Amino acid sequence: MSNIVDYANLNVGDAIPNMVKENISRTQLALFAGASGDHNPIHLDDEEAKSGGLPGVIVHGMLTMAFLGQVLTGWVPQNQLRGWNARFVSMAFPGDTITCKGVVAEKISENGENQVKLDISAENQKGDNILIGTAVVAIT
Amino acid sequence: MADADYIGKEYPSFSVDVEKGRIKMFAASIGEENPIYFDEETAKNNGYSGIPIPPTFAFTLTMEAGQSFNILEDMGIPKTQAMHGEQGFTYYDHIYAGDTVTGSQRITDIYEKKGGALQFIEAVIELRNQSDVHVADLRSVIVVRHNVEEQS
Repeated sequence: MSNIVDYANLNVGDAIPNMVKENISRTQLALFAGASGDHNPIHLDDEEAKSGGLPGVIVHGMLTMAFLGQVLTGWVPQNQLRGWNARFVSMAFPGDTITCKGVVAEKISENGENQVKLDISAENQKGDNILIGTAVVAIT
Repeated sequence: MADADYIGKEYPSFSVDVEKGRIKMFAASIGEENPIYFDEETAKNNGYSGIPIPPTFAFTLTMEAGQSFNILEDMGIPKTQAMHGEQGFTYYDHIYAGDTVTGSQRITDIYEKKGGALQFIEAVIELRNQSDVHVADLRSVIVVRHNVEEQS
């Protein structure tokens, strides 16, 4: 569960606890396709993925984003998440290990609320970014 | 190929029920173990009035309603040429199991990169719950890969 975060002691550059998802399996992609409603065959069927010009099935961008969501809600309770966005900058494949990270980029006071803007990212085992973005969370 | 004429197009509104079982299934599929997504009592003890949806589940609600893919169909783009390029969420209030959310998708931008080899379609959806409370906004960018040589 989430810990209490002390706004006064937060500094730009501080890292929040990261999360490592090892060896993403095709089974997880299939389960996520069913649970998320994204049945695009590029996540399920190598032949179909290749017909679309991909090397094979790719991990759903939204699965990686969901992992990052867990990093955020592991740091502060979900009801403190105000908004976030992610850009899927490269593809992830079955077998990849994905590490999700967040770093304090800015401390903001908005509508009388203490907030922090985080730079968030997910990278593969080679250290290449597969997703980058920002998140705004309230620190109450 | 998506035509710039689609910018501003609004698709018919949709309505989706937020199902408790689906939230659990989704949470399990991403390896989430926080009990607030699985147990109503725990959720209530943590300040929620019911089981909340995980942060990215709002996108699944829109997928459930056929959004995103409906744009591709409308524009005649094969799914296998499309990928998710960007996704954003802004939250104004909670979405809980048992809610019914309503929204409609609007194309806000279409642009190209790499000489037309990549096309970007941006769409936004505003979600409201059964009490007409504005609960969240979603912004999506779909990337379409075109084989420029084949088309020339």
